[in-house]
Amino acid sequence: MKKTIFVLGLAVAFPLVMNALDQTFYIGFGARVLIYAMAAASLNLVLGYGGMVSFGHAAFFGAGAYVTGILAVEGLRSAWIAWPAALAVAAAAALVIGALSLRTRGVYFIMITLAFAQMMYYVFVSLKAYGGDDGLSLPGRSTLGFGLELGDELTWYYVVLVLLAAVLYLLHRIVHSRFGRVIEAIRENETRAAAIGYPVYGYKLACFVISGAIAGLAGALIANQSSYVGPGLLHWVQSGTLMIMVILGGVGRFWGAPIGAAVLLTLEETLSGSEALGQYALHWQLPVGVVLLAIVLYAPQGIAGLIAGRRRA
Amino acid sequence: MLELRGLTKRFGGLLAVDQVDLAVKDGEVHALIGPNGAGKTTIIAQVSGSLDADAGEIVFRGRDLTRLPQHARVKAGLARSFQITSIFRRFSVLDNLALAVQARSGSSLSFWRPVAGEKALFDEARAIADEVGLSRRLDLVAGNLAHGEQRALEVGLALATRPKLVLLDEPMAGMGPEESQRVIALIERIRARVTVLLVEHDMDAVFRLAERISVLVSGRVIASGAPQEIRANAEVRRAYLGDELAAG
Amino acid sequence: MTAILFLEQTLNGVQFGLMLFLLAAGLTLVFGIMDMINLAHGSLYMIGAYLMAALAQATGSFWVALPLALLATALVGAALEVTILRRLYERDHLSQVLATFALILIANEVVRLIWGSQPILLNAPAGLTGPVELPGGMQYASYRLAIIAVGLAVAVLLYILVTKTRVGMLVRAGASNREMATAMGVDIRRLFTAVFAIGAALCGLAGAMLGPILAVQVGMGENILILAFVVIVIGGIGSIRGAFVGALLVGLVDTMGRALLPMFFAAFFPPQVASNLGPSLSSIMIYVLMAAVLFFRPQGLFPARG
Repeated sequence: MKKTIFVLGLAVAFPLVMNALDQTFYIGFGARVLIYAMAAASLNLVLGYGGMVSFGHAAFFGAGAYVTGILAVEGLRSAWIAWPAALAVAAAAALVIGALSLRTRGVYFIMITLAFAQMMYYVFVSLKAYGGDDGLSLPGRSTLGFGLELGDELTWYYVVLVLLAAVLYLLHRIVHSRFGRVIEAIRENETRAAAIGYPVYGYKLACFVISGAIAGLAGALIANQSSYVGPGLLHWVQSGTLMIMVILGGVGRFWGAPIGAAVLLTLEETLSGSEALGQYALHWQLPVGVVLLAIVLYAPQGIAGLIAGRRRA
Repeated sequence: MLELRGLTKRFGGLLAVDQVDLAVKDGEVHALIGPNGAGKTTIIAQVSGSLDADAGEIVFRGRDLTRLPQHARVKAGLARSFQITSIFRRFSVLDNLALAVQARSGSSLSFWRPVAGEKALFDEARAIADEVGLSRRLDLVAGNLAHGEQRALEVGLALATRPKLVLLDEPMAGMGPEESQRVIALIERIRARVTVLLVEHDMDAVFRLAERISVLVSGRVIASGAPQEIRANAEVRRAYLGDELAAG
Repeated sequence: MTAILFLEQTLNGVQFGLMLFLLAAGLTLVFGIMDMINLAHGSLYMIGAYLMAALAQATGSFWVALPLALLATALVGAALEVTILRRLYERDHLSQVLATFALILIANEVVRLIWGSQPILLNAPAGLTGPVELPGGMQYASYRLAIIAVGLAVAVLLYILVTKTRVGMLVRAGASNREMATAMGVDIRRLFTAVFAIGAALCGLAGAMLGPILAVQVGMGENILILAFVVIVIGGIGSIRGAFVGALLVGLVDTMGRALLPMFFAAFFPPQVASNLGPSLSSIMIYVLMAAVLFFRPQGLFPARG
């Protein structure tokens, strides 16, 4: 509880501090971190808690983004329509993809989720009317009403923060509920979970759909963030990035996803923009790769795990 | 209570279970014995629903279960334990049992209320732990238990679903004499309310507990009846018992 | 016209498929024997192409550079296996995916550091730059024919290696049952390193040969990696025969799909629809193929295990 208040406090104070320091650019960066934290958290549900290594999560993220983008370009800019639509479409996609993929396991599952994500990528790339390879520019951010202008970075940040907090709270409840227990049991020992009477397939599918839906919402937000959607959002490398965030922070640990998103994006921002590194700044993915490798080999519990471990010791 | 009619299972060219007819009466402890590889675990898997039957019928309390999925069979009152320990290693003993109890009590499509608040669930889990002798191990992580305790948890998980018939697959596997006595005592305790189909190699236990014994050799039931009959049966002695009895 | 086009696309499909086979063979062996998902396989392909380009420049000869590039790539593969990859054999698939994904990032950046972000030049050997006349009067690029020849030769060599030699027998034993092979006293560690090095060499060969046709640039590994995975899923994990059949299938479906589907659609649908549908459908053809195979044969066409 104290941890939560501390983090929440930090998050609330962050843009105000940035404002005061006249570094308003970082407010937008902060919003981006929050959005990716949401996407990573959705992946953590299905991957960390559910044990389903879905390499196609970017499909739901990107689908949500594209739905928002397409609606915006067609004139439907209200967040009250676009964002639930993004969520619904992503959930539907997750239902179809999950229903088919969950009939397989192990590497086949990984491959087939990857394949589906690639399929969606190619579908969106082929939509010449909506930008094709180059992507789609939105006329501006969604409209929320209530006198809130989402184009204002500060307002945008807080709206995103409220949504992220709501999502994290929901995930917290889910993880500690009966459903959460069953999902973790299935991850732990699927055969036994089935033997004590749980219809395993149904539970995995439900988890997959919830996770996909949240990713779709995050997608709607990312489309708004830069008022742009591109097919790269659906590429399997994007799925990999989300996975990196989850493992960096700590797979299956509650705060893993937000921590991972924050660390990875901050690394990217500081390294690639660093003047001290000069021309080497372009190669910021190199230390990221090294850190990721080190974490997998030596600290598989991620950063959250390291923190928790130290506290216990 | 349980009737198997012509149950068959083929793995490629191998006929693992060959037209097996078996009947387990209400309230009895029925032992299924036979040499390794005879097909006993395959039969258990088919009855519990984790394996499909290629042919034959499984009738449980008058209902044909043959096409039902595993979770439906558990709901109908059928439970199994595994020969190779299959527990939730990273959960505590209490959580292991609570999971099994949860499966049987209400819907788990509940996303909001924290499980930790469900006192009734954990009370029942504690009761089961008592029954199988794990009350002093409740908070230990299951993977850290001693082998005998893990086997006890194995049985406990099956019992926690409140079955009418429990399929115990070599519950005493890898146990020393003292631990085996405890399992025998456990089965004696539960036989009043649960019918038991027991697969075992420990002949001592089998002859003490079983009211009827069926002998499975190479996928076929070669004999079925009261313990004395089985002991005296020449074919059984030749195929299996002879070695066992000689070994002691 | 259509018959020649069809034939040309078929040959292109076979050519692409054979190169895919080189990648898939290494990948399926590593997966089948070591039970390891190796995403960095595509990076070995890229490294092979880059080393080839560099060596071809340095030596001035394609054919001299080729064996050197293969050897170098094999060494890189072996080094990777010994230092990093062997720690992953006992780990779960997720860890393997993430660790090898990290290797992709590292490899891409290292290559970029050395050679820059722009594609580099790798030319086909001097004798093979022109077309060749095939029976029937059709012209076909001689270099592509060379690729087909090399691909088939390697396939035959691999077949002999795996089925007729002792090493091959060990590999097959390992593919179907690792524990048994260990129990029988096979030095698993040396075997694994050898398998990996061979897989790396095959990647290098594919990279070197495809370099003149496709661009040699950072990130070339990722695109082909997915195709290689699709191949081994279709073919069956651990099976070289499956990799061969799967690769040819994928190569043909992908090439023919891209060439023929847009034409097909243009004939039946209005141009607006055709120009949208055609390319996207042909891109997803192989995934549809994979889904179909998995539906009917969840273990792939020629499963080596179980």
